[in-house]
Formats: sequence, structure tokens, C-alpha cells
Amino acid sequence: MTAAVLIERDFAVPDIRCAGCIAKLEQGLLRDRRIAAARVNFTEKRVHLSCLPDAEMPDLIGAFTTLGFEAHPIGKTPDDADPGAETSRELLRAVAVSGFAMMNIMLLSVSVWSGAMGATRDLFHWLSALIALPTVAYAGRTFFRSAWRAVRHGRTNMDVPISIGVLLVCAISLYETATGGPHAYFDGAAMLLFFLLCGRWLDSVMRDRARGGVTALLRNMGTGAMVIDGDGSSRWVDATAIEPDMVMLVAAGERLAADGVVIGGASRLDLSLLTGESAPQVVHPDDRVHAGTLNLDAPVHVRVTAAGPDTALADIARLMGEAAQGKSRYVRIADRAARLYAPAVHCLAIMAFAGWMIAGAGWHHSLLIAAAVLIITCPCALGLAVPAAQIVAAGALMRRGVLIKDGSALERLAEVDLALVDKTGTLTLGRPEAVDLDRFDIGIKSLILALAQASRHPLSEALTREISAGDTRPAEVTSLRETPGFGVEARWAGSIVTLGRPQGGDVGDALATELAVDGKSVAIVHFADRLRPDAHAAIDALRGEGLDAMILSGDRAEAVAPIARVLGLTAQTAMSPQDKLAAIERQAGLGHKVLMLGDGLNDGPALAAGHASMAPGSASDVGKNAADCIFLGDRLMPVVDTVRMARRTQAIVRQNFMAAIGYNVVAVPLAFMGLVTPLVAAIAMSGSSLIVVGNALRLKRAIR
Amino acid sequence: MNGLVFLIPIALGLGLLGLVAFFWSLRSGQLEDLDGAALRIFIEDEEEGEA
Repeated sequence: MTAAVLIERDFAVPDIRCAGCIAKLEQGLLRDRRIAAARVNFTEKRVHLSCLPDAEMPDLIGAFTTLGFEAHPIGKTPDDADPGAETSRELLRAVAVSGFAMMNIMLLSVSVWSGAMGATRDLFHWLSALIALPTVAYAGRTFFRSAWRAVRHGRTNMDVPISIGVLLVCAISLYETATGGPHAYFDGAAMLLFFLLCGRWLDSVMRDRARGGVTALLRNMGTGAMVIDGDGSSRWVDATAIEPDMVMLVAAGERLAADGVVIGGASRLDLSLLTGESAPQVVHPDDRVHAGTLNLDAPVHVRVTAAGPDTALADIARLMGEAAQGKSRYVRIADRAARLYAPAVHCLAIMAFAGWMIAGAGWHHSLLIAAAVLIITCPCALGLAVPAAQIVAAGALMRRGVLIKDGSALERLAEVDLALVDKTGTLTLGRPEAVDLDRFDIGIKSLILALAQASRHPLSEALTREISAGDTRPAEVTSLRETPGFGVEARWAGSIVTLGRPQGGDVGDALATELAVDGKSVAIVHFADRLRPDAHAAIDALRGEGLDAMILSGDRAEAVAPIARVLGLTAQTAMSPQDKLAAIERQAGLGHKVLMLGDGLNDGPALAAGHASMAPGSASDVGKNAADCIFLGDRLMPVVDTVRMARRTQAIVRQNFMAAIGYNVVAVPLAFMGLVTPLVAAIAMSGSSLIVVGNALRLKRAIR
Repeated sequence: MNGLVFLIPIALGLGLLGLVAFFWSLRSGQLEDLDGAALRIFIEDEEEGEA
């Protein structure tokens, strides 16, 4: 069995929570003979498998399921498809190199400052140059590249003064060293690079972490369908390989992988992710069905009419592309600061040079002072001010179950003043919940639990989740059997018990399931999509933060009205994705900065268009991709926490900027007067960076 | 002055050693899963194991 070549596959497994899970997965998966090796990455909630080529996707997912984990396959070769992680690693290497250089040059500099003279001082300067020059060439590449790009397009950014400063300082220090002068600023250059790279690296790590979290949440990536061939045999086909005219067999509880027409069977489909409609839609043969909808009742055969980019989603994708353009125009606060800062720094340095030249100091001395001005004003603290605060905030929010995609999202979230909220799946939980379970005694509940456990049907799963949350244990039943489209059947104390669709009379649109003993109905459980438990408190808290809320729903007015009344909100109903987009643009036109909360495919364009947007973890993949942040769990309160946190972060960032400016007000005149020796520069730089980072760390406690 | 001939190379060498060690750990993937590494000490190897 070692003869075959092993293939590598990655799975996102969001439920890995403890050491026990790691052991269970790594040891349990190996019991499947086709899996040769399994390795869990806890940080990214991923499992890497090496398996035999004959192991098909459903079998592998099945292997996870038998261990009690839900697994979602992710891209075929994730290693070369993750440029972000590579950038982070490169930055980390640069941080390490510049850190090493900074420490060792500082070691030499300290001896120079404490009085090394003559030949010893020159030797130390030469050694410093030997360490510093390769370091600047290696670790400074990021800044030089970005500065060059900006200059070539006739623009300037934060990296231009940094690059000029570092290069000028190195050149002058080299000249000083060669002529045996007293001051070399190699330590300053290395330290500057080290602090700035730390800022860059923090920023990049934050983006990586959030992207890892989002990837783990994306459910539909790499999904597929059971396809039935002409000869009646079935095989698993990846979503990307599905073609028109294939016939898919969609089991109850599965999402459709492509658009199509029903050709066999009848069922009900949950459209809530697609349209926001809460009532399930009944489908019969010849009805059109859409990708992304959830099959609720019975297996159906679907002939594929369109797959991949041709689906109804393509329209929504186009709208989203247009909507997202507005957001890309947002300029981050650090860049806005740089627009003012970079020219000011250049002017100051030139003025210092010119001033000392006029005063007759000679070009060598004047250049030295100009370099000191550049080094002092270089935005060391500024480069750290924003990322340090944002990564602390994002870390604190992540522990509360909120994933922030990047720093600019935090900045935009701090500015919102109006919340537009989708109903289905956002204000509500977006899944059926049993509404009247409390009516039944414990015996009936334990019987329902025993039967529901055996089925993957969405209603059964809801029942299992809710009943087992209490103290109820499943009843002892034997010969369990599930009939697709009907329900679960078992023997219990000499009688036949069934859990399935209500037989007698119709229950209308509402979802319900019936427990019967020997054919006689014992209990009917009704289901409904309920409000999130803290929806009311969260909406009130939002109002307390100065954010008025309004409902934008794709659902019918009758379904939205009760919820709007309970929460005291105004609502617009039966909206298409275009309508939602238009509503946001109208509010933006009135000068509002809109926070969009939504989950469905139909919310995609609106999420992309909002000044900031959030989606619940249960949202559609389109929703999760379009939103700036994602909150996990059933509670809505994280939305309020995130807005509060974003505002605190912005306050801290502003304080950091003030600290940096205050420091410059003190230090620049000193540099102008030529009083900034390498020792003073080192103390000033590290001091201001420490203050900025320390201030950012206060955010850690802000959310508790 | 003569002491420097030994001490400076030693100091730089130790620093470089640390840098190389860090690069090696980065390349061999030891920093890929920091949270998982902290948890793995709680995992007991299976009894039958490789033996």
C-alpha cells in the first residue's frame, strides 16, 4: 500500500478547540487506511492530510464526520496560493536581521559613547558599517521599493522620507568613518529600520490572521455534488468541474452547487441566504432552483443548467464589483498623515541644510545636521502608531469572536453613524429553531432526541442541538432507519416510533415535525426562525452609541413587520439586491456613513457598498467575503462591542499621533541646532516608540 | 585592545548564531502553529504507538 503516490489535501475544521481535538483528529484519522498522515494546525484551524489517490472527497469528509468534526476542503495547493503569508514571513526575516544588526551596532556604539578614542573608535565605526550596510540593503528593500514606486508616479508616501533618510544617513556615516570623524549614525539607521519593520510586520500579521479565520469559515469553497452518470452510477464532482446537463443528486441538508431544473423528486428549499425570504419554497419537477440554496426535506435530482460563473450569482458579483469601488477610494489615516508629513520633513531637512550653509558651516557639517533632522523626524513612532493600536484591538476582538479583515476596516468602523440591518440571518438566527419544545415532558423529549440524533436533516439537527443542551438523555431505541423524504423510524419498547413530516392535515408554510408511536401522533414540534437572543439590547446599545438602525429586508412585509415592531425600527421590505444598494447610496448621499449588517447573497452588494460592514459567521460565502468583519456566535452584541472598540482604537491612534508630533516639536529644534548626537537620536527614537506601543497596549483592557 | 580581537568576534558570532537559529526555525515551520504547539504537550501518545 505504500506503492501509490500520496496526494496532499487541506481541510478547514472550525471546531478544533483543545488539545483533545488535536489528538482525536491526528490519531483518529489514521484509522482510515487511505489516510497516511494527518497534521493539525491549531492556529489556523486546519488539517493537512496525506492520503492515497483513491480516497474521494466525500470519504475524507466522512472520516472527519465520524470523529464528530465538520470539515471543509480548501484549495488544492494552498501553499503557493497564499501570497500574504509569504509577505509576512519575508517581513519577519527582515525584522530579525535588522534586530540583530541594531543590537550589535548598539553594543559597539555604547563603547564609542562611553569614550572609546582614536584607533578603537575607528575600528568600531568600520565594524558598524560592515554590519549596517548589508542590513540596510536587505531589510530596507520593502521601503525602497515602495518609495521608488511612489516617486516614479510623481507621488510621495511615508516611505520616501524613510528611504532618503536612511540612505543619506548611511552615506554620511560612511564618509565620517572613512575620514575618522567622531559621529557615525549607523545605529540610528538600523534602529529606524527595526522599528518601522515591526510596524509593517504587525500590520501584515493582522491581515493574515483575519484571512486565515475567514478561509476557515468559507463553507462553499471546494464543495461539489454527487453526480449521476448515464449508467446510473454516481460519483463526487468538485463544484468547479460541474458542467451543464450533468444530473446532481442533492440530499436533504445539502446545499446546491449549481443552478438547475428539478427533474425528479419534490422537496422544500431554504432560500434565506439567497433572497432573505424566511418561508421555505416548495419545489416540484420542472421548477428552477439556484446554487447556494439548502435542500430541506427530501433528495431531489437536478439537471444542471449553469455552473460556476454562469449562475444567478454572477449578476450579484457584478453589482458587488461596482459597489466595492467606493470603498477602495478610502485613504487610511496613516497615509493621510503621510501626505502632510512627508513634504514637511523634506522641507525641514532642506531648510536645516540651507541655514547652516548660509551660516558658513561648510557642506559637510550642514549635511550632517540635515541628516540628523531627517533621522529625528523620520516617522518611527508614526509607523508604529497605527498598526500597534490596530493589532491590539483586533486581537482583543478576535478573542470575543470578531474577525477584522484589515486595519482600514477598523478605521472606517469608527466613523459610522447609521446602521442598516438585514433581517433574516442577521437580526434573526437564520436557521429553524423549535419554538414549542417546552410543552413536552422529558419522556417525549428523550424519544425525539434518540430519533433526531440519527439524521442529518436540518430540523433533526436543530432538535438534537436544543434538546441535548438540557439534561435530557436519548431514549434506548433499536433498529434505527432513515427514509429520505419521510423521516426516521425505530423500535422502542415494543412499538414502532417515527419522527417525520406531519401526516394528518397540512401545517401550511410553517416548518414542523411529528413524533408518532405506532402510527398515532404524539407530538408536533413547530419551527421558526427566531430573533437573536440579545437583538433588542444590541439595537438599544447601538442607539446609545449614536447609531440609528433601520431594517432592509428581502422578505415579505408580513414577515418583517412583527420583528420591526418588537425592536422599534422602521423597515423597508421586499428589496432586491439593487434596492439595498440604492438605499445605501441614498443614505451616503445624505452624508451618512453607513454600517451595513447582513448575511445573505442578496446583501453582498450592500455589504460591499457600506462605509463599513459586518456579517455573522453563519452568512453566505459571498456575504463573508464582502464584509469588513465577521462576528461568530448567536449574539448580536459583538457588533456594538466592535464599533466601541473601533472608536477607542481611533482615539488611541490620535493620541499616538499627538505624542509623535509633541516629540517632534521638542526634538526638531535640537536637531536644527546641531545638538543631536547619535546618542540623543537613539534615546529619542526608542523612547517615542516605546511610548506609542505602551499606549496601544492599553486597548487590551478596554473591552473587558 | 588585544582582548577585543577575541571578544568582538565572539559577541558577533553568538548574535549570528541566534539569527541563524531563528531563520532555521522559521524555515522548518516551527512558528506555523504557535497556539497548537502550546497545547500539544497535553496530548498523550497512543499506547500501542509506533512501538
